Amino acid sequence: MSITNKSSDSGLVDHNRRDLLIGSLGASLMVAFAPAIMAQQIPADKMLANNAFSPTIWYQIDNTGKIKVNVVRAEMGQHVGTALAKIVAEELGANWDDVIIEHVDTDPKWGYMVTGGSWSVFQSYVPLSKAGAAGRELLIEAGAKALNKSTKDCQASNGFVVCKEQRISFAKIISTQKFSKQISAEELKSYPIKSRKHHTVIGKPSQALDIPAKVNGSAIYGIDVEVPGMVYARPIVPPTRYGNKIVSVDDTGAKNIGGYQGYKTLTDPSGWLEGWVAVYADSYPAAIKAADKISVKYSANDALNVSEDRIQEHGKTLITDPDKGALLVDVGNVSKAQQNGAGQLESTYTTSSALHFQLEPVNAVVEFKQGKWHVHSGNQWQSLTLPQVAKALEVDDSMVVIHQYYLGGGFGRRLFGDYIIPAALAAKAMGKPVKMVFTREDDAHFDQPRSPSVSHLHASFDADKRVTGIEHRFTAGWPTKAMAPGFLADSKDGKKKIDMFSASGSDHWYSLPSHKVLVYNNDLAQKTFVPGWLRSVGPGWIQWSVESFMDEVAHQSGQDPVEFRRALLDAQGRQSGSEPHSVGGANRLKNVLDVLTQKVDTRQSLPKNQGIGIALSYGQERNMPTWVALAAHVDVDAATGKVKVKKLTCVVDCGVVVHPDGALAQLEGSLLWGVSLALHEGTLFKHGQVASNNLHNYFPLRMQDAPEMDISFVESDEFPVGLGEPGTTVVAPAIGNAVFNATGIRLRSLPMTPSAVKTSLESKAGEQA
Amino acid sequence: MVTFTLNGQKVASASPDDTPLLWVIRDELGFKGTKFGCGIAMCGACTIHIDGQAVRSCSYPLKQAQGKQITTIEGLNDSHPLQKAWIAEQVPQCGYCQSGQIMQAATLLKYYPSPTDEQINTHMNGNLCRCMAYHRIRKAIKRAAKDTETIVNNGVEIYTPNEQELS
Repeated sequence: MSITNKSSDSGLVDHNRRDLLIGSLGASLMVAFAPAIMAQQIPADKMLANNAFSPTIWYQIDNTGKIKVNVVRAEMGQHVGTALAKIVAEELGANWDDVIIEHVDTDPKWGYMVTGGSWSVFQSYVPLSKAGAAGRELLIEAGAKALNKSTKDCQASNGFVVCKEQRISFAKIISTQKFSKQISAEELKSYPIKSRKHHTVIGKPSQALDIPAKVNGSAIYGIDVEVPGMVYARPIVPPTRYGNKIVSVDDTGAKNIGGYQGYKTLTDPSGWLEGWVAVYADSYPAAIKAADKISVKYSANDALNVSEDRIQEHGKTLITDPDKGALLVDVGNVSKAQQNGAGQLESTYTTSSALHFQLEPVNAVVEFKQGKWHVHSGNQWQSLTLPQVAKALEVDDSMVVIHQYYLGGGFGRRLFGDYIIPAALAAKAMGKPVKMVFTREDDAHFDQPRSPSVSHLHASFDADKRVTGIEHRFTAGWPTKAMAPGFLADSKDGKKKIDMFSASGSDHWYSLPSHKVLVYNNDLAQKTFVPGWLRSVGPGWIQWSVESFMDEVAHQSGQDPVEFRRALLDAQGRQSGSEPHSVGGANRLKNVLDVLTQKVDTRQSLPKNQGIGIALSYGQERNMPTWVALAAHVDVDAATGKVKVKKLTCVVDCGVVVHPDGALAQLEGSLLWGVSLALHEGTLFKHGQVASNNLHNYFPLRMQDAPEMDISFVESDEFPVGLGEPGTTVVAPAIGNAVFNATGIRLRSLPMTPSAVKTSLESKAGEQA
Repeated sequence: MVTFTLNGQKVASASPDDTPLLWVIRDELGFKGTKFGCGIAMCGACTIHIDGQAVRSCSYPLKQAQGKQITTIEGLNDSHPLQKAWIAEQVPQCGYCQSGQIMQAATLLKYYPSPTDEQINTHMNGNLCRCMAYHRIRKAIKRAAKDTETIVNNGVEIYTPNEQELS
């Protein structure tokens, strides 16, 4: 099941139904997609000049040969513009040094805008390749004409059309000829995409285009924006996410703070904010101080009584009822397997709440100028955010423009830009441009935290200890239900809805005689806070339970965990994969596991309290599988309970690797995120709010705990899939399995804190005594 | 009025004495390369040099800057070996912490021209990289360390991270 918007007003661009336009505009050559119906009526160059339609302009080449690739995806550290530009440059035959990128605003002509789900390269690969190939064909035709040669004898290379011994630059062609061509969606399908062995840009080393500005302070993030006449503002974030009503506001204490201008209570027609106050000042430090001195009283609300324990107990109760779950997988007959089982194994896994803690606290500058609301803010999902900002301002969507900047970390926090809403309302209430910045503490309390989760797995065995079936039930708060309900999918039986972002990974690639998955929304979590899409979302808790339990089942059946997995990865039937995205299916997962075990001897004897554990990951979606195998080597300090990760060895098959160094960086970062979420990061809900709000009580991984890493990519010609997230989810189960191999204790809660490890070790020692 | 030297220029601020220097540098003087991360001196995104020492500007009151020599990332003028090494090793991801990382690393190389992993860890541990580009930061520091002559003359003095955390 793939993740798509099921609502009718999706706005998602389907490039299979768009024509490609290539035309001269001024001194440049423009290449854009446009709706097929429009394109049949007007010449391409006229359409490009006349903005009456909605083309998605992919790139343009000016008369000096500079190629500007317009990037609709947000830059938040993944060097996405570099990867996307490389795809265009490859097919175009461009000189990579001539390529520049631009991150565009939310003008409708750019089409649908979202950066998340590890989708960027996966979704853009085909349309960008085709756009590049079409541009190349046109330039070759024009170059051949100019040189009086046959196109058969010409090719595009390094920014030139080369016809045997003669050549002409793209710049020369564009400045001397006029272009107007449209290629139908149908014709475009016949343009072949280069295979890996012909690549000269894709897969070759290159530097990321965004990096130079990030080492000298010149990169502009949302928090760096200023507009004339702006006032600084800090919000007073209410005690819980929903249901706050202000009883009184007393700003007596703030009145003697220099630069304090006053406060406004905000009324939000979009419904996202309840009980908010904006504090205005001449400077941001004055706004910080003033907000600290203002006392706001709120009426009581139910969420104040909600704790992490209550959410988790609610979840545990919920999943005991099979009728309440949404059916995702139903293979064989799990009930029968359980009834007939000679043996059973049941385990419950949990994860605690976690924060995004993107280093740039959320912020926005909003001003009303020349009849439009201009928002300056880093955002990942402008097409979701903009309508809500418009609703809050009570204007039509066309009245709002979001200008994009570098994101000081996204990780899913900047998908739905709810933080823009208070800034917009504050600007409207003040009648002036406002720059609203959240302090770190404000940001933490307005986070969309990763929901706590509960997973229950139940395996059945026959008399020979072979596994006959696994039933898997799990529950959490669902980000998609809260923020983008149009993206909820139907359950297998069509009776219920499922947030696939919170379910993927349970529909895994192991062949089991019987396999059933029931997914539950934790409604107490849902009404207490806005559950967040935190880097990889559901697989963060699902892989933890599935891959830990696979080890438990392997041990129960007396098999080596590697051999046990290999046997289940038979690539039969539904596990055989399909064109174009999951070619090879489970065979490719088995392959990364085989490559891994050639690199790491998982059965070697190690010193006391050391162990190696393995785990697999299959990416973000069944339709976009990234095949990952990981071995974690840990050393457990029995006295303190601290788990030290000595080394991670990782083998990845993500199809064609577009930007190798960027891909490696994504893996390095996501694996360390995995370590951080496995061992260091976690918070608890108390009184309807996360208890952690800064680095004195929230502990992301620091340099000294970053393990050695050995990461390798399988060379592949297959379709490129996502890379930003899959590394995150595979680490925790590998560490948990390694801890088991090191000490014999099975950890079933994240994070695996020293105190939890110590308690387990002591209780095991007690049992043995 | 507090006056100090910022990146070689005499500057002045009339803000209240207890204003964190970070905001004076960013919002009054317009040097946006220094970032706001945690506000409690625990992430390092706001690290600058004050009289050659790496200091968390979010927790440094303006008053104490009187007469000091202050350098921000912009003051390295794209010519510091660390900046070149940061590009060569392709360190930044989101990049938000990197000004602070570079300013922090610059004070390490003054004392340990060829730092070990252990010395790098100890010195850099207070600088959070949320994208977790830690291995590349370490590699870039070692790459820059090879060009020690330039570093030694960069006028950076002793810095002890533990003392920093207590301030």
